[in-house]
Amino acid sequence: MDNLKLKSESIKVYYKDFQALHGVYMNIQANRVTALIGPSGCGKSTFLRTINRLNELIAGTRTEGQIYLDDKPIYDKDLDVVELRKEIGMVFQKPSVFPMSIYENVAYGPRIHGIKKRSQLSEIVEKSLKAANLWNEVNDRLNSPAARLSGGQQQRLVIARVLAVEPQVILMDEPASALDPISTSRLEELISELKKHYTIVIVTHNMQQAARISDYTGFFLNGDLVEFNRTDELFVNPRDKRTEDYITGRFG
Amino acid sequence: MLNSNIQDRVIRGLMWLSGLLVVAILFIIIAYISLKGISAINLDFIFDLPHRAGKEGGIFSTIISTIYLTLASLIIAVPLGVGSAIHLEEYARRDSFFARLVNLAAETLAGIPSIVFGLFGFVFFVIYLNLGWSVLSGSLTMAIMILPTITRTSQEAILSVPAEYRENSLALGASKWQTISKVVLPSALPGIITGVILSIGRAIGETAALILTAGSSLGMPAGLLDPARTMSVHLYILAMEGISMERAFGTAFLIIVLIVIINYLANLSLRRMSPAGRLQ
Amino acid sequence: MDKYAGNSLTAGALRYRSESPKKAGGWLGSGSRQMETGIEFLLKLSAFIGILAIILISLFIFAQGVPLIFKIGWLDFIFSLKWSPSQGSYGIGAMLVGTLVLTISSLAWAVPLGISTAVFMAEIAPARIGSILGRMIELLAGIPSVVFGFFGLIIVVPFIRNYLGGNGMSVLAGAIILGIMILPTIISISRDSILAVPKEYKEGSLALGATHMQSIKGVILPAAKSGIITAVILGMGRAIGETMAVVMVTGNSTMIPGSMLDPLRTMTSNIVLEMGYAAGDHQAALFATGAVLFVFIVILNLVVSLSIKEGKNYAE
Ligand SMILES: Nc1ncnc2c1ncn2[C@@H]1O[C@H](COP(=O)(O)OP(=O)(O)OP(=O)(O)O)[C@@H](O)[C@H]1O
Ligand SMILES: [Mg+2]
Repeated sequence: MDNLKLKSESIKVYYKDFQALHGVYMNIQANRVTALIGPSGCGKSTFLRTINRLNELIAGTRTEGQIYLDDKPIYDKDLDVVELRKEIGMVFQKPSVFPMSIYENVAYGPRIHGIKKRSQLSEIVEKSLKAANLWNEVNDRLNSPAARLSGGQQQRLVIARVLAVEPQVILMDEPASALDPISTSRLEELISELKKHYTIVIVTHNMQQAARISDYTGFFLNGDLVEFNRTDELFVNPRDKRTEDYITGRFG
Repeated sequence: MLNSNIQDRVIRGLMWLSGLLVVAILFIIIAYISLKGISAINLDFIFDLPHRAGKEGGIFSTIISTIYLTLASLIIAVPLGVGSAIHLEEYARRDSFFARLVNLAAETLAGIPSIVFGLFGFVFFVIYLNLGWSVLSGSLTMAIMILPTITRTSQEAILSVPAEYRENSLALGASKWQTISKVVLPSALPGIITGVILSIGRAIGETAALILTAGSSLGMPAGLLDPARTMSVHLYILAMEGISMERAFGTAFLIIVLIVIINYLANLSLRRMSPAGRLQ
Repeated sequence: MDKYAGNSLTAGALRYRSESPKKAGGWLGSGSRQMETGIEFLLKLSAFIGILAIILISLFIFAQGVPLIFKIGWLDFIFSLKWSPSQGSYGIGAMLVGTLVLTISSLAWAVPLGISTAVFMAEIAPARIGSILGRMIELLAGIPSVVFGFFGLIIVVPFIRNYLGGNGMSVLAGAIILGIMILPTIISISRDSILAVPKEYKEGSLALGATHMQSIKGVILPAAKSGIITAVILGMGRAIGETMAVVMVTGNSTMIPGSMLDPLRTMTSNIVLEMGYAAGDHQAALFATGAVLFVFIVILNLVVSLSIKEGKNYAE
């Protein structure tokens, strides 16, 4: 049984005069992995960043339309974006750990959200690192600088940092693109585990990856959502000629 | 062909010579003052109060005055300078009228000669606000003088913090100010500290503006409203009025030692700005 | 095996955020939004302090000095050679000439030496020597003016007195000390602009068979021209504004110097020497001198920003 978590209605995004999205409608189900695919520049990241309203940090952007998180409109002038971003975490393409210790990186979110007790913080840090499958590798050096971790470890640390905020939704923008094959498969394994508790939206260029880990897939082209369907349907039975061309590699 | 070759070598030689000459100038100044000054230095010189206008005794009160004035001006200027750097880099639009005005003001302030600051401090703080010749008047004046240095270096330091830090922090639900205070500023700290260290150097050496605003009383300042004579002002008066050349040398030597230490620290904190060194 | 067993992040005690009052408040932020606005306002206010300082400085200095300039006539004030406060004569002509003479004579040797050192550091010296030299020049820039003045007083002045004549306190002593003091400005800005010249320019020239020196002269220096001009103008600004070192070595006579061995007085010296006891019109005349200095410096700054803009156009 699927439950609707996020619903986007006619999302249009403009960068100054350039329109990057032409009205996107999408239903994202709770506790499922939704993959966004499409050629470079088609608007995948732009769409992802409308979900936690990170796009509006770029000067000159304008967003129209509405997205609902559990029925609550997130493009509402009374909405506190800070509160929204606590519910919707994001993992970026390039892992960007803060110049602090491993511990402090994970504790960052809980701290800014008001947790002060050391014992409670430590508990959150441990659980988050365990949930991100990183605990066993770092539990003996929690106080060493996070930047000394490998790329794959840093990406998992970033995920642990997101988990520590306890979001409902996790957005991932090509999280594996900077990782080696082993780190990538560990990440995919982690995503499959995380979806038990979170709703995940992931942008990927790797179609096998999308097919492997996602339940739903959306195909973007030139700012339009061309096709959106269950992943097994979309890859086996694409309805649109352009989707078929893209997933069979015959595109452009 | 041969001709141009010889010409090349001559010019090359002249350039080596000019580099050497600059080094020699620096070396002569530091060596001469150190050689003559070091013999004047002992514990009494540092920890005794001056007597008979500085002819006898030590320079303790001028050391304390220097520390007071430097600290007080930093306390005023650092929050203002770092604050305006944050405003310019994190809040203001780069091409906004206000931001351009702030930048222009900082540029102009950086070029104004200290004696003009001295005149201003005299008429505004000493007379108009009736603070008299005092530590407070002197440090307010000096705070304005070091404001552009602190603003500039903080701006550069903030600018060099990767944009991803901000995005990641905001995406974790941190507010803008939480992001700035918990991620951006700590990462920018070594650069900001460099600016502060350079400002300390300027404060230690400042003379013209302080003669007009802090006065030249040799007593130990007990409070912010007392007049004070810094080491640099003391050196000027000792030398110009021929009071004691030995003590002048000693004071000059101490000032140079401080400047060398400050220079070393500034370089050290600059090097810590490199990504590898920034980690804890 | 389920690695997740027992540490669910969504269930149980770890849902710390649902306990926090902020969450209970729901989608609308609480007091923290007001705090953000307050902080933003404070930051803007601190940025405004710089502007306020400039406004106050010009206001107070002009208010003190300008009335007197009008009272005696600005031509008389600037060009009259007679400065005699006791007789009520306030002409800064001799000081203006003093400032110009001293500035030009210190630039005369510091500019060529500075530029050639800059070229040496950027183009000729091995990287290690270049960076050591850079550190030394930073140190030179950090030495306070009163220490330079003191050095001039005990070394340069007696040297001139003993070997060249006069009493030593002279244009020459001032030019030597002031030249040393502006060297760091000239060197570091010129060096940076030489280093900023694209490598291709030099390689293109070398590829045409020019020697290294010919390339420096023909390609690199012209390309770095606007930066070097900026360096010289900023050095000039520093020379015009310098006070303590100049007071200590130039003798401070209010006569126009007839030779390099004569004493002179600059506008800055005039202020620091007499401010201690001046009152009434006399004090106003010193402020007027400061106002003239201030205008000089602001004009120089404008020239610099203009020449930087022009340099950018040239590079585009
Ligand atoms: N900050 C920006 N300013 C102007 N245009 C932008 C900006 N960011 C993205 N765009 C444009 O919007 C369009 C969509 O960009 P977006 O980053 O969403 O693409 P993408 O599908 O994520 O591509 P990729 O797979 O390369 O990451 C592109 O044409 C891009 O050039
Ligand atoms: Mg993208």
